[in-house]
Amino acid sequence: MNAETPAQSRPPRPLCILIAALGGEGGGVLADYLVDAASAQGFPVQSTSIPGVSQRTGATTYYVEIYPRSRDELGGREPVLSLIPGPGNVDVLMASELVEAGRAMRAGFVSPQRTTLVASTHRIYAIEEKIRPGDGRFRDEEVRQAARQLARRALLLDLSELAARSGAVINTVLFGAAAASGALGLSREACEDAIRRAGKSVEASLRGFAAGWAAAAAGDAATGSAPEAAPGAPGKAAPPEAPALAPALARRCEAEFPEEMQPVLRLALARLVDYLDEAYAASYLDRLRGLLEAERVSCALAARAAPGLAVWMAYEDIQRVAALKSRASRIERVRGEVGARPGEPVRIFDYFRPGIAELADVLPPRLFARIEAYAGARKPGGGWCIQASSASGQILLRALAWAGRWRRSSARFASENALIERWLAALRRHAGSDRELAFELAGCARLVKGYSDTRTRAHGHLAQVLEIAEAPSPGAGAGERVRALRETWLAQADGEPGGGGTSASGRGPASTKVQTVVFIPKPKPAAGGKAASG
Amino acid sequence: MERSFRSEVERLRLGRGETFRGEGILAVAKALLQSGVSYVTGYQGAPVSHLLDVFADAREILDELGVHFETAANEAGAAAMLGASINYPLRGAAAWKSVVGTNVAADALSNLASAGVKGGALVIVGEDYGEGASIIQERTHAFAMKSQIWLLDPRPSLSRIVDLVEAGFELSEASNTPVMLELRIRACHVHGSFTAKDNRVPQFSRRRVLEQPAFDYSRICLPPSVYAQEKHKVEVRGPAAIRFIRERRLNEVFPGEVAEIGIILQGGLYNGVIRALQSLDLADAFGGSRIPLYVLNVTYPLIADEVLRFCKGKRAVLVVEEGQPAFIEDALNSALRRADAGATVVGKDVLPACGEYTGEVMLGGLAKFLDLAVADGIDLGRVREAMERIGAPRRRAAELLREPLPARPPGFCIGCPERPLFAAIKLASRESGPVHIAADIGCHTFSTLPPFNLGNSVLGYGLGLASAAAVGPNLASRTISIMGDGGFWHNGLATGVANAVFNHDDGILIIVQNGYTSATGTQNIPSSGRNALGVVSHMTIAKALQGLGVAWVRKVGSYRVAEMACTLGEAMHTGYSGLKVIVADGECMLERSRRERPLAAQKAARGERVVRTRFGVDPDVCTGDHSCMRLSGCPSLTLRGNPDPLRPDPVAAVDDGCVGCGLCGELAHAAALCPSFFRAEIVRNPGLRDRWIDRGRRALIAMLGG
Repeated sequence: MNAETPAQSRPPRPLCILIAALGGEGGGVLADYLVDAASAQGFPVQSTSIPGVSQRTGATTYYVEIYPRSRDELGGREPVLSLIPGPGNVDVLMASELVEAGRAMRAGFVSPQRTTLVASTHRIYAIEEKIRPGDGRFRDEEVRQAARQLARRALLLDLSELAARSGAVINTVLFGAAAASGALGLSREACEDAIRRAGKSVEASLRGFAAGWAAAAAGDAATGSAPEAAPGAPGKAAPPEAPALAPALARRCEAEFPEEMQPVLRLALARLVDYLDEAYAASYLDRLRGLLEAERVSCALAARAAPGLAVWMAYEDIQRVAALKSRASRIERVRGEVGARPGEPVRIFDYFRPGIAELADVLPPRLFARIEAYAGARKPGGGWCIQASSASGQILLRALAWAGRWRRSSARFASENALIERWLAALRRHAGSDRELAFELAGCARLVKGYSDTRTRAHGHLAQVLEIAEAPSPGAGAGERVRALRETWLAQADGEPGGGGTSASGRGPASTKVQTVVFIPKPKPAAGGKAASG
Repeated sequence: MERSFRSEVERLRLGRGETFRGEGILAVAKALLQSGVSYVTGYQGAPVSHLLDVFADAREILDELGVHFETAANEAGAAAMLGASINYPLRGAAAWKSVVGTNVAADALSNLASAGVKGGALVIVGEDYGEGASIIQERTHAFAMKSQIWLLDPRPSLSRIVDLVEAGFELSEASNTPVMLELRIRACHVHGSFTAKDNRVPQFSRRRVLEQPAFDYSRICLPPSVYAQEKHKVEVRGPAAIRFIRERRLNEVFPGEVAEIGIILQGGLYNGVIRALQSLDLADAFGGSRIPLYVLNVTYPLIADEVLRFCKGKRAVLVVEEGQPAFIEDALNSALRRADAGATVVGKDVLPACGEYTGEVMLGGLAKFLDLAVADGIDLGRVREAMERIGAPRRRAAELLREPLPARPPGFCIGCPERPLFAAIKLASRESGPVHIAADIGCHTFSTLPPFNLGNSVLGYGLGLASAAAVGPNLASRTISIMGDGGFWHNGLATGVANAVFNHDDGILIIVQNGYTSATGTQNIPSSGRNALGVVSHMTIAKALQGLGVAWVRKVGSYRVAEMACTLGEAMHTGYSGLKVIVADGECMLERSRRERPLAAQKAARGERVVRTRFGVDPDVCTGDHSCMRLSGCPSLTLRGNPDPLRPDPVAAVDDGCVGCGLCGELAHAAALCPSFFRAEIVRNPGLRDRWIDRGRRALIAMLGG
């Protein structure tokens, strides 16, 4: 047989680098740096990309191949470099975001034999994760684990944080981290020179590069073994220290409730005292105690209902919003969030749009009912823009907040607490007989959120599950039905009126069926005339 | 255009022996100057926009050479401009995105190809084909065949592309036929190098004008010329082209030792085929292949005797041809049958009928072919082993990553003026119920994606209004049509607006006026105020509408959501039964920030007072229901873990990307959404007055308590 195959005295294969980024993150500039640094060393190099519409925030990839022999050594021979990455054929995968790293793994670009994976661990949430009413965030721990198992070497670092700290764009930090891994085959000087030659924001870019380099060099030893941030709860703050409570409340709390419920109860009580007064907080304990007694054998149901009940009881009426917005601590928090430097004045403007429905927050039920009957359904009022940081704004907000002490007599207080009682009654009824149903129902407090129309719809949803629970005999599988409904509502993105077909009354889950709804009669003389003219 | 192509322009000046480094499409621009073109035109669209952008910035060089450059109103206009080469010895080129641009240009192309050309005419088409494409997936090849235009598909190396541009003009002149150069999207964006030549001053040009016009009735599409032209195509131009292609060896044969099989491929796919061969150890790093290759740098016409010579003595050949129908494979089968030659043709039976031939697809097809062909000297055990090794990471990843990853489609930029428009439409349809929305081509097509899901059909660029003409009369409610200002000038002015007024259309048209053709890279259009070369135009959409007799026109600032929703409501309910036009006015944020951000930075650096606006969300006021996301979808409006341990769902948060466009506040008001949004104004380099007021306010807040 013919023994002369190209495998003999085989020349090296090209170094294949895939950059997975999001539009606007400078992936193209990063590819240019690589091309420039490789060219400066005399290596044949080629890059290509699919920008087009993916510039606009979508996922986008750039692909670079470097032939690691200088042209002088090649004697005029030109390597053939590919324009498309091949699965199992990528040496360095640089991903500016965690799910994008996952996407590249899914496509087979990360192989245990070849691939050095350099990826940022931060998340930029995709629109489908953001629009769900519950928690639609992708559980990204799977991606981290897959990265460690699939890559020849995985460098997982929060490059976004490093970029923010060094005042650079993430692409330069990614460049630094990848260069430090040694997998690019380019020296630090060659890379930094490429940044200098590009001539744009050179100082910031070099800072970013250095930050990436340092983090990769330091983190390399730790990668794979060091525990990373808690999975599934990105950015979730640790529970704060339990605030001080009035002695009477603290005593009741300790005497009447089991140890494991204490941290939540202390937070809840502090919030309700702040929201209204100690008596209101005590009524929270009464309500939970009712559940404990109905349950008898354990405290699981009360524990599940406790956080939601507290949030619900401290529902956000206009007085509450004004109280939260006028705090001095809030102004300091905003200053930090918007990156104001010391000495720079920050003016804060808040958006309110009180309509007829919001009058319920302050007016007693009978008066509100008469006004509502007179004015009809929600009449959109004009929007208010209040400057919380100004003197007049502060005084207005604080006055509104102060009025919160009378909210017991408001129509809203009556309606919210009536629904709370209905919910608690259903919980108590099933606590002993159908624990599954009671447990699922307890989780439904999570549905109650939002303002104006969103909240009306949430109440509608809750009423729907309560109807199941309030049936004379809900029957087997009622808990399962409640759970299914709740999860659907928390996951469906098109539950908004005008977003997919739910009626504004909030009755029933959204139907995605095409409906012919005739709302706008065309101003045509007569139906007959139209037919005739047609 | 705020982006400058100055450094790219400098590369157009490179002379003989110097090395050009840059993008594929810019190499084409340089090749045009090396070919001595007298005129260049085109219509922007990825991936050819940069060619037009760089010429727009290269006024000086063009003036020196006497090259006339102008952007066309649309692709039909660009193709028609090639008519200059029918009567005169002028070389010219037009560029556009294909296949959609070629569709628009088809009328002019047919006439051009029929009349035939004296000067070389080259059409550069950028193909947007594959999974990520934003246009319909059809082949330009069909146009080349039906109009008899020669189709070049060069190997994607810069020097080969440049050679073929130059040869393309010669081919065009030798056969009196226009030529198309097809570049796939990655080839347009490929970054490489080639050795430049001097630019050529055209024989005739703006600087050396022709003495007088030429008249030749045989060039006119009336009898008997039309039939004579068709005959000339078949009898003279076709054979002349084949002769030229053969003699100049535009196609390439690479021999290989496994001679009983071979691969016939489109030039543009060469690097991919080589990489697949390399993966199976059948080719070396420099393209030396063990299997013979016949590379079609000219994919139409197929040169029958070249093909037969390549297939001679082969048991089987693989045809690597992207897209469907398989024109080349069919032509090859027919050529072999006519010659009664025996090679088995394998093509779409091992490669997919449609879709981009990515590395993986190519490799799979090649392996299947080798498996079928069982050629001497190919170790099938090793091929299977390699395939197993290459496929392993993907299978392992599928095991490890069980849940589907969230999709990440493109969307409106941060601060885009089109987002508030579609938020307003969504709000208005809460009141009015679902509406038929005829969408159009442009950034605004993203309205069909979450969170808006608005738009029932897309029929082509500028055709939004025309596509609703038969929907309105058959539907109980009025229709809304969308048209960008790019689409308005491209096609919509006549096809949509004029015709709707003419036929008393009762619909609503929203013209999205952001100042540029933004999706293609923010090129100027008549209403931008200046043309591509920067000359003032004095043209506005308002004047055009007035001239066409549109009586109901409202102009609303895009960011004014409540006013927009209100105006839409008015248009829905008004008794006026003619065309109702709403101009949604707001400059493209990409362009605006390119212009304004450096200015603000300079001002701040000089120590002048600068106010920066940003939005934010109070996490304790936000209840985590995310209804704001469903109305906005802004990339900088995102999620954050809830700092409140009592609440399970994440809260909304505004990240540092916020440009303070104001939409969050508008929505909070217009949609009565929720009061958790705030606007913060940060004063950099505050004056004495700022500081004094600030101090007073802080003192008051401290006095009122925590």
